[in-house]
Amino acid sequence: MKLMEFIKKYGIYVVLLLLVIFFSVSTDSFLVSSNLFNVARQVSMLGIASVGMAFVLLLGGIDLSIGSQITVVNIVAAWMMVKEGMNPVMSCFIAIAISVFVGFLNGWIIANINMPPLIVTLSSMTILEGIAYIISGGIPIFGFPKSFAVIGQGYIGPVPIPVVIMIIILGIGSFILNKTYFGRYFYAVGGNEEAAKLSGIHVKRVKYLVYTLSGLFAGIAGVVMLSRTNSGQALAGKGFEFDVLTAVVLGGVSVNGGSGKMSNVVAGVLILGVLSNGMVLLNVSQYVQMVTKGLVLLVAVGFDCWQKYKSVKVAKTA
Amino acid sequence: MKEAKSILQLQNIKKTYPGVVALNKVDLELKEGEIHGLVGENGAGKSTLIKTCTGATIPDSGKIIINGIEYAQMNPKLAENNGLAVIYQEFNLVGELSVAENIFLGRAIRKGIMIDKKAMEEETEKIFKQFQINIAPDELVKNLTVGYQQLVEIAKAISQNARILIMDEPSAPLTKSEVERLYEMIERLKKAGVTILYISHRLDEIFYLTDRITVLRDGEKVQTLYTKDTYVDELVTLMVGRELKETFPPRTRTYRNEVLLEAQHLTGNGLKDISFEIKKGEVLGFAGLIGAGRTELAEIIFGVKARTSGKIFFKGKEIAPKTPREAIDHGIALVPEDRKQQGALLDMEIKSNITMTIMKNISNFSVINKKEEKNIASKYKEELKIKTPYLEQKVKNLSGGNQQKVILGKWLAADSELIILDEPTRGIDIGAKYEIYKLINKLVESGKTVLMISSEMEELMGMSDRIIVLAEGKITGEVRKEEFTQELIMSYASKTGGKL
Repeated sequence: MKLMEFIKKYGIYVVLLLLVIFFSVSTDSFLVSSNLFNVARQVSMLGIASVGMAFVLLLGGIDLSIGSQITVVNIVAAWMMVKEGMNPVMSCFIAIAISVFVGFLNGWIIANINMPPLIVTLSSMTILEGIAYIISGGIPIFGFPKSFAVIGQGYIGPVPIPVVIMIIILGIGSFILNKTYFGRYFYAVGGNEEAAKLSGIHVKRVKYLVYTLSGLFAGIAGVVMLSRTNSGQALAGKGFEFDVLTAVVLGGVSVNGGSGKMSNVVAGVLILGVLSNGMVLLNVSQYVQMVTKGLVLLVAVGFDCWQKYKSVKVAKTA
Repeated sequence: MKEAKSILQLQNIKKTYPGVVALNKVDLELKEGEIHGLVGENGAGKSTLIKTCTGATIPDSGKIIINGIEYAQMNPKLAENNGLAVIYQEFNLVGELSVAENIFLGRAIRKGIMIDKKAMEEETEKIFKQFQINIAPDELVKNLTVGYQQLVEIAKAISQNARILIMDEPSAPLTKSEVERLYEMIERLKKAGVTILYISHRLDEIFYLTDRITVLRDGEKVQTLYTKDTYVDELVTLMVGRELKETFPPRTRTYRNEVLLEAQHLTGNGLKDISFEIKKGEVLGFAGLIGAGRTELAEIIFGVKARTSGKIFFKGKEIAPKTPREAIDHGIALVPEDRKQQGALLDMEIKSNITMTIMKNISNFSVINKKEEKNIASKYKEELKIKTPYLEQKVKNLSGGNQQKVILGKWLAADSELIILDEPTRGIDIGAKYEIYKLINKLVESGKTVLMISSEMEELMGMSDRIIVLAEGKITGEVRKEEFTQELIMSYASKTGGKL
């Protein structure tokens, strides 16, 4: 049991370290400062969106629509800037407002219709993807004002701006979970909805809030992505929710809700980033990368569930 | 009645669970063709005894003799082969399948690889005819009322050649007319030579139906009597039959002549026209059997469930809490029945559990004032003597008694005035129980008011100033402290609505 405790607490950092060592030894190009910044920039969107997913998982739910929300933000902002000639700030603001609204809708349906979050967000994922295609016609939208590129491609000192944004958002996430009363409610509702309700917590409101925040962070990730790639695409966020989910679960947030920490989520995000970057450097084929990522999610969730199962068994015999 | 031979015999059955003797050398004999009543308070060992008969529980020692063959233990297959079946309160029926398919579930009549619906329906019809059951075999089970579903369950047992039927509180979920239909069914079963072990809390039906009665108390068999030779009071005395032990701290009168809460004609959530009042500083006990509506009443007062009519006055003003939050804000608290599922947030720290309901109040601009949180938590840790090295301990690592104290601490922190305790000492060991009782005394001494629901009669009598008895969602009696006797309370609790 001692070993399990250690794995639970530090295992993720050990894995991260091992991965870094492995790629440093097996490639010449991994452990170079330019590549490390590259990794940081690559994971920035993942890091931003993972805060929302972490909240949702804490609540015992899931948000599969994150990728599609990113796509919609991407397309809507691009469309407004290029086709409508709106200024970048306004365009991004409206686009993010849309993803916030979608997040709220997800939460409202889940809380009031009592539908499984998996189905609700799977539906909204598909709906949003369709809408993105309808708006764009499947054709990339590009030609943004130059100033817009700053968000995704600029630097503050040596640090890329997306990384700065990621750090701020992760900081906000950590602040909410550790310092605010409603962050504490997330744990309470995720740990035991019934007891939370009987303690006077408005469970529905907590659900609205969490899914809305997930929409907000997905929206911000979408804007960063648009600025980085400099073109709005209907495939922008495709499959992104999978990476986000994997990173968050790797970071020790339980798929059963109620437990998890922001600091470990950062490690989860970094593991996924290092893994993707390293595999590219090693010339691993895209399909093998998919297999690997799938296995990583399976192992991460498996570890979480197996532990839960064990502890239930212990409790029963006690 | 001529002396019949014995069909099922339990001899010297003993079963212990860690810390509890569930059954202690219990004997039970069923004679062929009789209806045998089994009575006892909650926790007397009735369920364990049934499970021993079916093989769901393996006894530590003792013998089970069915049809003259001796077994050390049963298993479900063996029980079935010996013609023993149980009608539980929860039916083992599949709603989406037809009556006939349910009766032949798991042993469907086949024609090649196809299921022969027609043959099954014909077979079902035969059984139904014999017992005058008026149900179409091709009807879906989900379309039947509870009473008819029960008849299907019984027919299913008969179709499997059951000769001994154990019925566990069969009348509990039924309406009055359904109960009558059940009695007719039982008469027909008896005529067909089926032996029945009938478990019920309702003494009137025990007297109406049975030939003999066995009384269990605290895991021991008290006596088996012929129904015609006994009467209600004797049976109640046998069921309860013990003196109050000195397990309660002394109580002084703490209530004042000031009404804190008054309920008027509360109806809904299974309750019918409940009216009572509770005085400030009082411990008001609610007695009743399982399902009598006590928890349901707590749910209404605490805003968990809605009422259809009636009024609640709290401190002289009418209140209508629609959520627990509203009730809490009025000053009402609930320590729920199921500590682990509803009461404590097991995966969270003691600290957070205690401050959960006031977390918003101790936050500035949404940020929790952690120093204040810690102060409040440690205050109640001291006051309630919660045994823990540190407040950051997760609640799941505490003992049951300490978990209950954490939940109480939560309500003290919220400054609740009326504290509803639903089975406050369930699953808590005796020493810790005493501490909870002392806390209850302390609460009322400091001006709080306690509404206590409990299935442990001694606890209710030891702690309450007054006891209201519920049965089937209605108040059937109110007992003042001077009149407390288990017999009186039990007789109110087993009262059913109408005459038979």
